[in-house]
Amino acid sequence: MPGFEPVIGLEVHVELRTRSKMFCGCSADFGAPPNTHVCPVCLGLPGALPVVNRQAVVYAMRAALALHGNIAEETSFDRKNYHYPDLAKGYQISQYQHPISTGGHLDVVRPDGSVLHVRLRRLHMEEDTGKSLHEGVPAGSSGVDFNRAGVPLIEIVMEADVHSPEDARLTLQTLRTVVLYTGVSDVRMEEGSLRCDANVSLRPEGTTAFGTLVEIKNMNSFRSVQRALEYEVTRQSGILGEGGRVARETRHWDERRGITFSSRSKEEADDYRYFPEPDLGALKVERAWVAAVAATMPELPESRRERYVGAGLSAYDAGVLVEDPPLADYFDAVVAAGVAARSACSWLTVELLGRLNGRGEAIGGSKVGPEALAALIRLIEQGTISAKIGKDVLDAMVAEGGDPEAIVRARGLTQISDEGALAQAVRDVLGANATVVADFKSGKDKAFGFLVGQVMKATRGQANPGLVNTILRKELES
Amino acid sequence: MSQGEIWTLSLQALRRLLAAGGTSSAEVCAAFWDRAAELDRHLHAFLDLRPRTAVLADAEAIDRQRAAGSALGPLAGLPVALKDNLSTAGWETTCGSRILRGYRPPYDATVVSRLKAAGMVVLGKTNLDEFAMGSSTEHSAFGPTRNPWDLGRVPGGSSGGSAAAVAAGMAPASLGSDTGGSIRQPAALCGVVGLKPTYGRVSRYGLVAFASSLDQVGPFGREVADVAMMLGAIAGPDPHDATSARVAVPDYSEALVPDLSGLRIGAPRELFGEGVDEDVRASVAAAIDLLGELGASVSECSLPHVGYSLDAYYVIAPAECSSNLARYDGVRFGPRAGHGDYVAQFSATRGEGFGPEVKRRIMLGTYALSAGYYDAYYDRAQRVRTLIRRDFQEAFQRFDALVAPTSPTVAFPLGSRLEDPLAMYAADICSVPANLAGLPALSVPCGLSNGLPVGLQVIGPAFGEMTLLRIGAAFEQSSDFHGRRPPMAVLG
Amino acid sequence: MAISAAEVRHVAALCRLAVPTEQEGALAADLGRILEHVQRLQACDVAGVPPTSHVGELGDTLREDEVRPSLAQDAAVANSAAARAGLFLVPRVVDDEAAQG
Repeated sequence: MPGFEPVIGLEVHVELRTRSKMFCGCSADFGAPPNTHVCPVCLGLPGALPVVNRQAVVYAMRAALALHGNIAEETSFDRKNYHYPDLAKGYQISQYQHPISTGGHLDVVRPDGSVLHVRLRRLHMEEDTGKSLHEGVPAGSSGVDFNRAGVPLIEIVMEADVHSPEDARLTLQTLRTVVLYTGVSDVRMEEGSLRCDANVSLRPEGTTAFGTLVEIKNMNSFRSVQRALEYEVTRQSGILGEGGRVARETRHWDERRGITFSSRSKEEADDYRYFPEPDLGALKVERAWVAAVAATMPELPESRRERYVGAGLSAYDAGVLVEDPPLADYFDAVVAAGVAARSACSWLTVELLGRLNGRGEAIGGSKVGPEALAALIRLIEQGTISAKIGKDVLDAMVAEGGDPEAIVRARGLTQISDEGALAQAVRDVLGANATVVADFKSGKDKAFGFLVGQVMKATRGQANPGLVNTILRKELES
Repeated sequence: MSQGEIWTLSLQALRRLLAAGGTSSAEVCAAFWDRAAELDRHLHAFLDLRPRTAVLADAEAIDRQRAAGSALGPLAGLPVALKDNLSTAGWETTCGSRILRGYRPPYDATVVSRLKAAGMVVLGKTNLDEFAMGSSTEHSAFGPTRNPWDLGRVPGGSSGGSAAAVAAGMAPASLGSDTGGSIRQPAALCGVVGLKPTYGRVSRYGLVAFASSLDQVGPFGREVADVAMMLGAIAGPDPHDATSARVAVPDYSEALVPDLSGLRIGAPRELFGEGVDEDVRASVAAAIDLLGELGASVSECSLPHVGYSLDAYYVIAPAECSSNLARYDGVRFGPRAGHGDYVAQFSATRGEGFGPEVKRRIMLGTYALSAGYYDAYYDRAQRVRTLIRRDFQEAFQRFDALVAPTSPTVAFPLGSRLEDPLAMYAADICSVPANLAGLPALSVPCGLSNGLPVGLQVIGPAFGEMTLLRIGAAFEQSSDFHGRRPPMAVLG
Repeated sequence: MAISAAEVRHVAALCRLAVPTEQEGALAADLGRILEHVQRLQACDVAGVPPTSHVGELGDTLREDEVRPSLAQDAAVANSAAARAGLFLVPRVVDDEAAQG
């Protein structure tokens, strides 16, 4: 890409997890048989009228606040007019002139620690369309299911502050985490509750004017977003490199073939003929309401990350936890049960998660609760058992659950720290391994490790290793 | 009381007769049904008359309740006709259009539910200009309705069927809808009372939308008291309609005081100007004099921007209609046509299903909203609309009500305005301002001109229906028109 | 005010109305005359006047987030000229479902 800089603006749609739809009382749930969550309103029957779902507005505000947006004093809806089989009314109720929020930003922390500051242009509410299905219908037909029609969406439009496909992916992932934390959506790309389109252009490095925008659609995973944009940047730079002009158009990403192609259904540029929705009055957004919504905001990723780093975790570890809210909640519970942050983090992310992944289990479904893990860590820190024994106990807990103290008692795993008993064990081992003792005394340091191992074996691993070391040295020197 | 006379009675008279045991709901409904069945071949006011057995079954159920001593409201057991753009569950609702042939809504419009809850018995669905777009009912895909006063003339529109049904005694009351005058103008042309309520007074849920910021449902009746009673039954907020007003519904019967002392009435000079027939102007002027005699103080006033009303209306209404009618694509309801991709199918379905006037308005509206034209047309028209609304607000600082002709002319001959859309649109010059301003307006018959009815329009401030009904009732009791019926020699 | 046949075709395409070629001229003439008439609006001084987007005080009617009964599947598709297995049939949509909007 000699001399050209990609300029990428992301447009993200997020499905809000309200119980009912944006403008009617039909269930917004996913997965029901076709056209069983529909009514005159979302089916666009003659005479039907929309009524706004209060919770959708609350969720939109929450998302906007989490992204530092400015909530409008007054917001209203507009009609976006176009024809398509899955668009029941022949228009989508959206927001054009007075969106619920403008401005805002997202700080994207890259793996190398540098930060990309992406500005938001706006966040607005709208309704989703139905879906066209192609399987199980006669050849030459599609079947339209309006269950999804009317489900509340927010559209987040970001300024073109992203300049690489990798940054685009990171931006989307960061956005996803923030929205996930607000609790307003499951934001799963694979389920369609998070969707991303991008506007891409190239410009000569060092310039500020925009090149021709190409809209890219149908990127269905974080990886697709990066791949599609990489392909598109290469495609455009190829054209520009030969002195050609990039056509302003919409292109679809084809995951299978790894290319973008010009959308065949695109005729003349869409003229959406936006005008204010006459069936819905303007909504005054009282500042007291905004404050009430802000007060119910859960802790957001940025604050949580700062809190963890302040508690002593590395930026990397803090990031791992923050990206996975249930994991971070678990971590918080372990710390609350009296364990230091770094210990909690390593036992959780390395020891427990490692074992769960091996069993295909998730942290939520595991038999090891945070208090139990905390209790285990405390047993180790108190010296009741060694770290090695602790791992065996964890194996048992992961398989059968249970309380670590009970397991230690039941199996007689308590670490032996009685110096008298240990001294006896050491003397027994020295007595049984005279040759090795001689080797050590003649300068073979490795023999020491062997002797420690023998003591551990004789005590079935329960000897306090530190004490064994001390006592053995003493005996050998005497 | 013989069956032959029942159809001459108003809702008030019928109610008193039922209460006194002088007749039964079954007898009343049978009388109106029989008259409708007999006359409608001449008038074509109805698109669909329910089977007699079904109508009587509903009426008899009310009679049984009455006999058992149940408390019944004043409208119980009385028949009503509904304009065919009001959704009726399980019953074909065509809006006078081929594109809705066979469409059976799965729900009742709120106003329909409310009338049914009040015990009214629905006789049938009445004819209208297709999708309520028109001023003569000639744009119905199923043939025009004729004016009972002169079968060679239009009944007005778009609620021509509902107006004619009441005028001819086929129903004592009916519901219509009014977007630019579609209740008031046919009321005037057919010599009956018609009311367009304040925007938001009555729920629009289930009224098939034409222009969302202008449409309202309203009643027709023989006399003002009947219209007041109907309004009371349908008015009030509806959780299904976000534009319905959360304003309490008063007891409209309390408005019917025969004295107008203390009322200040204004007559906007611009609504009496050129375009209004001399005879109409004279008839309305005489009516206004009568209001003065009844105690009101009447003076001339001005609504300086009202002359732009028709132009603003014919930008805003088509624009909103172009969007409201985008849903008619043949996918979920209605017939479909065309072969090829969905674009071809939508275009053919809509091209074949819509009549010429509807197509004109969709095209006009699409143009007015399209890129490059939005500011000059739609946006500008909405700003002019603000000026018109302000004119009315200022006038209502000084006056309790305004009066004007309802229609610039009496009923015109069938076919006389079909060649020229602009000539047809001119029928709305006096009625459109109240829709643009969202204000209530009543039309009461005030005289005849060459044997054809003339209507007096009374316009009030927002939620000022009580004042309108008071003025209308007082006028009606004193005027010599009250109680007149179309001669209808052929109709008996 | 003259509207061309090409403009008629463009507008007809936007609102998906099939207009036979032989009707284009008459439609153009009708629209032209109506638009010429409403040009009178240009003479009105609207400086500083906000557009009316809603008449009357609509207040903020919001709905609580409660699920209400939906139509049964057969009722939902009952009015369609072509439905199968609870789906509304349409000519095959060539692009994938993410095509529009």
